[in-house]
Amino acid sequence: MSRYRGGIGQWSWILHRVTGVGVLVFLCLHILDTALVVLGPDHYNAVIQLYRHPVFRVMEIGLFASVLFHALNGLRITILDVWVGLMRFHKPLFQLEMILFAVAMVPVTWIMLRPLLR
Amino acid sequence: MEIRIKIQRFDPERDEAPHWRQYQVGAQPMDRVLDVLHTVRWQHDGGLAFRRSCGHGICGSDAMEINGRNRLACKELVKSLRQPITVAPMRGFRVVKDLMVDMTAFFEKYRAVRPYLMTDDAPPEKERLQSPEQRERYDDTTKCILCGACTTACPSFWANGKFLGPAAIVQAHRFLMDSRDQGAEQRAGVLNDASGVWRCRTIFNCTDACPRGIQVTKAIGDVKKLLVARSASPDGPPARAQRAGGPPSA
Ligand code: FES
Repeated sequence: MSRYRGGIGQWSWILHRVTGVGVLVFLCLHILDTALVVLGPDHYNAVIQLYRHPVFRVMEIGLFASVLFHALNGLRITILDVWVGLMRFHKPLFQLEMILFAVAMVPVTWIMLRPLLR
Repeated sequence: MEIRIKIQRFDPERDEAPHWRQYQVGAQPMDRVLDVLHTVRWQHDGGLAFRRSCGHGICGSDAMEINGRNRLACKELVKSLRQPITVAPMRGFRVVKDLMVDMTAFFEKYRAVRPYLMTDDAPPEKERLQSPEQRERYDDTTKCILCGACTTACPSFWANGKFLGPAAIVQAHRFLMDSRDQGAEQRAGVLNDASGVWRCRTIFNCTDACPRGIQVTKAIGDVKKLLVARSASPDGPPARAQRAGGPPSA
């Protein structure tokens, strides 16, 4: 099956789904690892220690990026649904969304990676 | 000039699955994809099946997926397309043969939204008047030629064939926004249904695909807002909410 070459709307929708599912999976894992505390503090600490690992730090940036994209894109769609007249500008609105995304990602990436660089 | 064109072929009586066939044909610089399809059928492979009627972007017979996007074959100039040009039937419909798809369900949904003027009061002596502003509200959606390009460009429709689809909603919009129409109540059922407008995820593939340049996603947005306004009003749906703007002075 070939790929339909939809525009920005199609790709942002796919990203919206992927990030949504990604965040949901993380949330379930996080509920599980937090629940380990019922087995005693040792198990809990061992798992939480994992999150300090550099690989997890980098994955955490991915998590933040997913939540941020999902939130901004959700806002864009909500705005379009409420002010239907703005739909003519859905492409520039998506570009604005991407600029906001980048502006937020730069300092956050720096803050999250700094402990690793020490 | 020489044109390379890849066409998705499928004959349900002979083939297990669709497959691609490439042709190399001569073409004029101003030829459209429809002309090339004619050349293939008339000079290379008489078995190629596709629909067309007017050849001028009016009848809506020849919507198909050209280079990955839904377009009318009669409106696409070959010289502006990357080669080999790929041509496939619209997605989400059963393929009857090659580029010809079964649009029965598509037209059933079209009929389900009652795409005609509905009024309950007695006919006036003369015509039902309307101001230019009131006419303007649904001008865009009068342009639909029911080619199916929008509906079959929609990921929600690919995922769920029960979805009413952009084309039927555009047709509903045409009458819901008409100040003379009073059929909102009867149409609300199919539109407000689980397979109705709410399956739209504001993806804009329909707007990109429309060969008439209709702002399809915006029309769907208008209908969503109308349905919300109807259910939000305390004493039942405002039967004539769409009559905003007041009657025109005769
Ligand atoms: S043949 Fe009529 S729209 Fe293309």
